[in-house]
Amino acid sequence: MNNLRGRAHVFGDNVNTDYIISGKYKFKTLDMNELAKHVMEDLHPGFYKEIEDGDFIVAGENFGCGSSREQAPLAIQAAGVGAVIARSFARIFYRNCINIGLPVVECDTSHIREGDELLVDLRKGRVHNVTADRSIGAVPLPAVMVRILGDGGLVEHFKKHGGFGIGDEG
Amino acid sequence: MGTMSEEILSAHVGKDVVAGDIVIVPVDFIMGQDGTTSLTIQAFRNMGGKSVHDPDKFAIVIDHNSPSPLESVSNIHDQIREFSEEHHAILYDIGEGVCHQIVPEKGHVLPGGLVIGADSHTCTYGALNSFATGVGSTDLAAALISGKTWMKAPGTIKLIYSGSLPAGVYSKDVALHMVGKLTANGATYKALEIQGDVIDSLSIEARMTISNMAVETGAKVGIMRCDSMVQQYLKGRTTEQYRGVDATEDARYDKIVEDDLSALSPQVSKPHEVDNVVPIAEVAGTEVDEVFIGTCTNGRLEDFSIAARLLAGKQVSRRVRLIVAPASREIMLRCIEEGILDKMVRAGAVIVTPGCGPCVGTCGGIPADGEVVLSTANRNFKGRMGNSNAFIYLASPATAAYSAINGVISDPREVFE
Repeated sequence: MNNLRGRAHVFGDNVNTDYIISGKYKFKTLDMNELAKHVMEDLHPGFYKEIEDGDFIVAGENFGCGSSREQAPLAIQAAGVGAVIARSFARIFYRNCINIGLPVVECDTSHIREGDELLVDLRKGRVHNVTADRSIGAVPLPAVMVRILGDGGLVEHFKKHGGFGIGDEG
Repeated sequence: MGTMSEEILSAHVGKDVVAGDIVIVPVDFIMGQDGTTSLTIQAFRNMGGKSVHDPDKFAIVIDHNSPSPLESVSNIHDQIREFSEEHHAILYDIGEGVCHQIVPEKGHVLPGGLVIGADSHTCTYGALNSFATGVGSTDLAAALISGKTWMKAPGTIKLIYSGSLPAGVYSKDVALHMVGKLTANGATYKALEIQGDVIDSLSIEARMTISNMAVETGAKVGIMRCDSMVQQYLKGRTTEQYRGVDATEDARYDKIVEDDLSALSPQVSKPHEVDNVVPIAEVAGTEVDEVFIGTCTNGRLEDFSIAARLLAGKQVSRRVRLIVAPASREIMLRCIEEGILDKMVRAGAVIVTPGCGPCVGTCGGIPADGEVVLSTANRNFKGRMGNSNAFIYLASPATAAYSAINGVISDPREVFE
């Protein structure tokens, strides 16, 4: 899953976790396929129906701010989104994505337009905008996150190592 | 040698930690709530978790959807109760209150400690000199199994609030001012150290209001000094030894902001972003349909005491529904004992269960389409209170109570003139 291909669905700055999945749904059920139907509903009604498997959510600054609800990245993942690409991320959301194995890419998104076709190379940390024929470098993930994402998320990481399998044991 | 955050992390891992370092760090207390713990239980089981590392240091609070308004929620609560019994966790069930009031109130937070909670407003405990931060459900599960979490030591922005607050201006106004100035991502990945004469003059309850909103600037923690007020607060709540932590004189900061708040006016955050903060004069006169006083930001005794003084002998406007949720059972009892509840109910307030319901839109006060809500909460995102066609303004309990009487957003300083 180092190379991902899909279309861009573009959102603005400060997309909070209430917009990603509203509290009125997230407390009701643990069925992520059900929650997926309401992803981004308050910002873009009907968004769920427009997602094709592997598409990307593209956003500006501070994506995922607000609540710590892990239902937010889980619902995005269940909706078929391949990765979230943003100028910057809120920290809890960023961690949650890595922990559940949803790729996040931090890069300049200002030139990506709605519907652009993108190629994402997670290993090299590059986003190639096929439509605009433009390549964008991404901020590298911290080493600890590369390890966790490489194992498929924190659950798999813990299963594999029986705990934190990261050096620097405190 | 460092900031409060660096000092606390260093003490926990037993070596010098500086901003940017990634460390595996032991945690002193772990908290989950009913909206996030169900996923924690799944992750705990999927990780092969057999037992909780230290059940005495783990509490679950059923507060977000309480009492359950739906079958599906009841079943989630049931799972949580079973898990807490199986693993001997501390359970605070419905009606005990909001997690961020319960955890400090029951003495689970100590100065110099490190707390993680599966709720973004865990940063509230910074008011007790704790490195406390919100994490997701899977991070929480990993900490339950291992007793540890991984942290990237944050750089720090120091905020020094000097001067003294005018009459009618409160810690909530400071918190909103802070978020408005820093903006929603002004402190992302960073720690806030918040101090100065204004902070020194505030009670622990009032300080919690400010630390609570640190996350609205993107910050990881909103930490304050350990002073005699903190020690006083902890008396009778804990018998454990603790040692407050301060930054060293040579600590390096990303930024130091000095701000004299002597002329601060009541602040209001407008829909639909928390950092959309304006002085009250810009929105005074806006008609309101619902006023909500409560939450982990402003549901404490001092908040209701202020509100009750304004409401005493008055009637809430006929157009307004005033909903009140004490942040804990203890606070509710104190409100009863001190006649605060009596004054509020006689003025027309509706009292709901100590918990989060109205603030997160699960139960207890969902607004109608097009309605305007004035709330003492920390978030006003579209849909936050359960209806994406409503408009939420945030303000202090004084502004909320005074506006409830007038039916329009009103400046509480008028009472002090």
